[in-house]
Amino acid sequence: MKDTVAPYTTADGRQIGDVLMDMRGITLRFGGVEAIKDISFDIREGEIRAIIGPNGAGKSSMLNVISGFYNPQDGEVWFRGAKRPPMKPYQVARQGIARTFQNIALFDGMSVLDNIMTGRLTHMKSGLLAQAVWKGRAEREEVENRAVVERIIDFLEIQAIRKTPVGRLPYGLKKRVELARALAAEPKLLLLDEPMAGMNVEEKEDMSRFILDVNDEFGTTIALIEHDMGVVMDLSDRVVVMDYGRKIGDGTPSEVRNNQEVIDAYLGVAHD
Amino acid sequence: MLYREAGDFKTSYAADSQTFPIKFDRWRYWVVLAVAWLVIPFFINDYWANAILVPFLIYAIAAIGLNILTGYCGQVSLGTGGFMAVGAYSVYKLMTSFPDVSILIHVVLAGFITAAVGAAFGLPSLRIKGFYLAVATLAAQFFLVWLFNKVPWFYNYSASGQISAPERFIGNIAVTGAETTPWAQYLICLFFVTLCALLARNLTRGSLGRQWMAIRDMDIAAEIIGVDPLKAKLTAFAVSSFFIGIAGALFFAVYLGAVEVGEAFGIQKSFLVLFMCIIGGLGSIFGSFAGAAFLVLLPVALKVLGVDILGWPSSTVAHLQLVAVGGLIMFFLIKEPHGLAQLWRVAKEKLRMWPFPY
Ligand SMILES: Nc1ncnc2c1ncn2[C@@H]1O[C@H](COP(=O)(O)OP(=O)(O)OP(=O)(O)O)[C@@H](O)[C@H]1O
Ligand SMILES: [Mg+2]
Repeated sequence: MKDTVAPYTTADGRQIGDVLMDMRGITLRFGGVEAIKDISFDIREGEIRAIIGPNGAGKSSMLNVISGFYNPQDGEVWFRGAKRPPMKPYQVARQGIARTFQNIALFDGMSVLDNIMTGRLTHMKSGLLAQAVWKGRAEREEVENRAVVERIIDFLEIQAIRKTPVGRLPYGLKKRVELARALAAEPKLLLLDEPMAGMNVEEKEDMSRFILDVNDEFGTTIALIEHDMGVVMDLSDRVVVMDYGRKIGDGTPSEVRNNQEVIDAYLGVAHD
Repeated sequence: MLYREAGDFKTSYAADSQTFPIKFDRWRYWVVLAVAWLVIPFFINDYWANAILVPFLIYAIAAIGLNILTGYCGQVSLGTGGFMAVGAYSVYKLMTSFPDVSILIHVVLAGFITAAVGAAFGLPSLRIKGFYLAVATLAAQFFLVWLFNKVPWFYNYSASGQISAPERFIGNIAVTGAETTPWAQYLICLFFVTLCALLARNLTRGSLGRQWMAIRDMDIAAEIIGVDPLKAKLTAFAVSSFFIGIAGALFFAVYLGAVEVGEAFGIQKSFLVLFMCIIGGLGSIFGSFAGAAFLVLLPVALKVLGVDILGWPSSTVAHLQLVAVGGLIMFFLIKEPHGLAQLWRVAKEKLRMWPFPY
């Protein structure tokens, strides 16, 4: 297993920097079930990091630990060189970590535009009083943030559905709006839980392109969970493989693909 | 033909997020405001003020308040009557303790006191949701009414246990007490309605409003975008109670003049205001007005129609009214949770497209 320490440049010329997020010896239990068993891995600045594994391997649980929904019984979470105390999800969000969910979690009663605007919350500072008055600070802030959101709408090519209530959108577009909301936060680290699940080939291609562009243009670090091995091999710089809560592989896509334990536990099963 | 966006292009984001994006709507809004402020005060009489306009304006404020909590933030409350009582008793204590201070200031202060009380009773919302929260706010309702009955300090040890509003003036115009006139009552309520609607609109159009709606639609996702649920819910309770407190203060001081707490601010009041929000439209300021107007007008209209024209006994008409309201609530809850406001929006949408539906 490769463990590159120094910053380096990828084959396609992207800069991979220092360790951004470092998970050290994470163990997570639900009652008797050990969903994560003593797993360590890191995510480096600028990279696309995939987490793969069979159903129930503990991948989503790992993202939930990172985003503060679960506090692990054991282990440490280091972010930007500092050990993170136990945090609530909204505090994690304010540190610059945004995410999407395996089962879409949008605000169905609001328009696409408003949904994406909620992603800007961590950047909007005007208080109750300023908003009650509106003219001045609150309005200025609204307009500035709207401009950022419009750039993301253009980037993800969803101009036409801007004012549509989210509840009325088809599945593929909902996934895209959820990505837009996460991007609106301009996160340091973006977590994507199965961003392509349930999509057709064309939608998957679009989504892959967006993920690569986000990483390339904004330099956003991305950790994603994905079942489609082809997609994982194409997108990611490094892959963590999980099985029954354990880490059974970690490295570049080609290293992982040739790792015997991974082939047995995961690829073997998948190719049955 | 006038009702078009065409030729009315938005060239800035500020213009696009206006309250009334279509020129005709803006124009109509100013007309309504002008009629309310400049025409009605000259024609208002005692019947119109006391049977329709003053209660409508006061209930509109209460409905705006509850709509912020329930419609925008998704926290069901059955404590509205109790919070109105807090506003009423606050303004009473303030008026009698500081007779030289303007009633306008007292009403606003009553709003702030109610906001604090509302936020305190909002604390359970951090742990419980939906039905259980409704029951907790119901407990607040009963507790507050009991408190105002039980502790003589609140009603200044009066023998009857009632509170009655002393006479207060703005300039030399009586707005409370026996000397007040219909137009003065109307105008002070209109002043507060205008103020509250503007505040509510501003508080719901920006990031705070989106935080509330995020909590309402999916609280897990709200947290992940950085909403502190504690803070968002408590501000919703506080802001909501602020409006409801103002409504309670006006209801007592300007409208009724004297109240017995259980009668004026009982559980029926909580349900009435909730029904206004449901019928008018949850999550809509305009809906709060529509719902208040509807439920204030309904009994009046039924009385005119049933008793005066058809000659039915008034008890029959009263029963009919209950049935009508019950039926409407069921209709709106099942068919159109966004209420009259949504029906209105759909009608406008059709009008905007007409005559080419595609
Ligand atoms: N909140 C919870 N309470 C109890 N058990 C849980 C909880 N969340 C996850 N688990 C268990 O932890 C294990 C890992 O679940 P997890 O959702 O992380 O898997 P996954 O790798 O994301 O799977 P999938 O590919 O199906 O999404 C499973 O056995 C699951 O049943
Ligand atoms: Mg999962």
